[in-house]
Amino acid sequence: MIIKTLKFLPFPIILALVPLFLPEGRTGAYYQTLLILTVSYATAALGLTVLLGYSGQISLAQAAFFGIGAYVFSVLAVTYNISYWLSIVASLTVTSAFGFFLGAISLRLASHYLALVTIGFQIITQVVLNNWRGFSGGADGISNIPRPALPGIGALTDLTFYWFALIVFCIAAYIVYRLRNSRLGWALLALREDEIAAASNGISVFWTKVLAFAVSAALGGLGGILYASGSLYISPDVFNFYQSVSFFAMTLVGGRESIIGTSLGAGLITFLPEVLRFLHAYTIAIYGFLIVVVVLFLPDGLYSLVLRGAASLNRQLRKATVEDPLHAKPSLVTSAPVRPVATAEPLLEIKSLSKHFGGIKAVQDLDLTICKGDVAVLIGPNGSGKTTVLNVLSGIYSTTSGAITYRGQDISNLPPNTINRLGICRTFQNIRLFPELTALENVAVGYYSKGTVGLVGTLLSRPLGYREEEVARRKAQEILHFLGFDRLDVKAKNLPYGQQRIVEIARAIVSSPDLLLLDEPAAGMNHEETAALSQILYRIHALGLTMLLIEHDMSFVSSVATRAYVMDFGQKISEGSVAHVLRDPAVVKAYLGDDIAYA
Amino acid sequence: MLSEFIQLAVTGVAVGSIYGLIALGFGLIYTSVNVVNFAQGDFAMIGAYFMVTLELGARLPLWLAIILTIFLTAGCGALFQLLIYQPVRNRPRTFLPVMIATVGASTFIEQLFLIVYGPLPYQLPSIFHTESVHISGVSLYPQYLVIIVVTAVMVALLHWFLEHTKLGKQLQATAQDPDTARLMGIRVTQMAALTFAISTGLTGLAGLLIAPVYLVTSTMGASIALKAFAAAIVGGFGSMKGAILGGIAIGLVETFGATYLSSAYRDAFPFIFLILFLIFRPLGLFGEKVSQKV
Repeated sequence: MIIKTLKFLPFPIILALVPLFLPEGRTGAYYQTLLILTVSYATAALGLTVLLGYSGQISLAQAAFFGIGAYVFSVLAVTYNISYWLSIVASLTVTSAFGFFLGAISLRLASHYLALVTIGFQIITQVVLNNWRGFSGGADGISNIPRPALPGIGALTDLTFYWFALIVFCIAAYIVYRLRNSRLGWALLALREDEIAAASNGISVFWTKVLAFAVSAALGGLGGILYASGSLYISPDVFNFYQSVSFFAMTLVGGRESIIGTSLGAGLITFLPEVLRFLHAYTIAIYGFLIVVVVLFLPDGLYSLVLRGAASLNRQLRKATVEDPLHAKPSLVTSAPVRPVATAEPLLEIKSLSKHFGGIKAVQDLDLTICKGDVAVLIGPNGSGKTTVLNVLSGIYSTTSGAITYRGQDISNLPPNTINRLGICRTFQNIRLFPELTALENVAVGYYSKGTVGLVGTLLSRPLGYREEEVARRKAQEILHFLGFDRLDVKAKNLPYGQQRIVEIARAIVSSPDLLLLDEPAAGMNHEETAALSQILYRIHALGLTMLLIEHDMSFVSSVATRAYVMDFGQKISEGSVAHVLRDPAVVKAYLGDDIAYA
Repeated sequence: MLSEFIQLAVTGVAVGSIYGLIALGFGLIYTSVNVVNFAQGDFAMIGAYFMVTLELGARLPLWLAIILTIFLTAGCGALFQLLIYQPVRNRPRTFLPVMIATVGASTFIEQLFLIVYGPLPYQLPSIFHTESVHISGVSLYPQYLVIIVVTAVMVALLHWFLEHTKLGKQLQATAQDPDTARLMGIRVTQMAALTFAISTGLTGLAGLLIAPVYLVTSTMGASIALKAFAAAIVGGFGSMKGAILGGIAIGLVETFGATYLSSAYRDAFPFIFLILFLIFRPLGLFGEKVSQKV
């Protein structure tokens, strides 16, 4: 992993050399302070890379965390004379705690509400910093902020402090890079792409969001510390709403999902007013205008433009080696594998389950038992409550009444991520893949529940973390190959419909669950794809998984199911073998109506 | 003591009505085109500056100046959506880019008016040129009463327009499902322009009403708008009575907080209230629960 990051080495080296090319005298000194400013801003903006870029949450309070970090550090170091490094640790702890708090209270809010709550937090922080004179010195601010004394160098000048800040920034960037490529990073992206699918894959939406907030706040605080220590003086007017917007703009203009992009954005936004200075009074107006243009017409940021250019150059250079991704060959074995025989041992028992939405009784007094080794199918006319049953089983809906017992344990009303961890995985009727993630990453997210390394382990680069990621990636690859799929590095949104289904099934079985819930897996598939799908289900069944599926395609159902349940108007009207239920007069009546007798 | 309380209550309701009017405009745009418009407050500023030009500069009669100002501001709003929203309307995932674009646009608009009108603040006269009226020992600033009455009238008018006119129904249909609305023959693009025009026109009116109380500066809209956003959340997005009641709640919290608790923390009270409110009622007063289809 460390070796892999070496390819980024040229960036910090170039940045470290920049001051050597600055002009002499006062202009040079001015640009030197701007460079320090840029590095501190870039560190804070990295927080937004995590929060906005990775987890997709909006925060307009980054300047508040920047300010809290700067103030807590400065007050400890100046007023209380606490050592430099201890002040940093304390300041980072306090800012993360604030981030934790803000993340926790905004848990239940949708993104636009969240944006406005963060604005509220930003303004409260601003007002408090301005008025709590005992702590912040009010509008006078705090001066004589120390810089670190490094052994052998002594007090840091602007130039050496810039290098120091650059090192801190690189450490922060490495941590963010590490986070992105870890199990937690996948969880963050999964959350951004689809919260319900993320929860159904064992990811706790609450803790992951709070974690993103805390990390983001800590990075904001770290930037604030660099700012305070770099400019030796702070006052409240720097940490206002407009600075928050500016951080946001840095992340968005540069490229919200890229560390390099964000840093580029920080540099641009900091130096742009200098470049535009010849426009005099119009500087800020033009600056606002540029943000509008870039944000609207380059939603992935300027860095995406650079990347696209580099990619096309690369293609030009080696035209012949580009492999056509479309000639992927389905490597399905056509001979049917040996399928296990259903046992009489119940795996999942549903007792008089009801689910009402207001006055609508979607499911009413449903009893259902699935034995180990079953491929049970739930059929019934549209609107008979089949999908609702699956949603209640997987924890997305709560029950109105009734009990769901899995391996003798009551699992009704547990959250989706807990149910996933117990070994019940599912797919969705309208495919819920994470569109911006590759097929392989999608499936690797499915392995999330098997991982153990948390935030601290990730940040400290525990070797176990790397090993777990490697296992997840290998497992994902194995499962995809097992299902005859080999376009591993294609983004999910670019896959054809049938293949998206396969990837979703792979994601659901990669963690080796005991019970697989499939919601209309054959919907929208043509004849060949359906035939291939039955082969796939045979193979999954042969692995020893028990399945419950909802399906409309009766020939498909007849070929895979060992047991069928029929629902109509929220109630079970028949059960038994597929052939049996299809002959049941009650089922015929449900599908075709009463008049059939007279036809 | 009681008279002071009544005076403060009237002030709070009046300032809150302004927040409510802007929150209403904010909610209109949000519910119909799913755009969070951070430049909303700037249209209050635009309204105030147009009023300065028309009333103090061109010396038009008061009623004409007010009507012209509302229409001019609404025109600016329609132009605004043409530049910010229409170009990216059909792209996926435009929520964030458009939101940040409105922030950039807000910076641009504020600077533009700063350049045109200069940095010195303007003072608009109160609509009734008197300082205060006394009603049984309570002295009231008449502009506040004007604000409260005009807000009530505007809300009634807007309600009538949305619920009882064909155009209003078309607007609502477009907000609920633009694709189906288009299939029904509604001109969706025009509806978006109309929504922005109504929304910013209301905000411009709010701006010219509050201008005699505050000074007219290029940044006057921004601070009012942030509180209007808070009002929109407290009321619940997309609810008319929610926006107005939320606005009044925020106005009262701010006024009473500043007087009885601490004037230094005046700007913090609405947001402390907002955060507490969200912890206990995350969907606002009248917000609808949005359930996701699985």
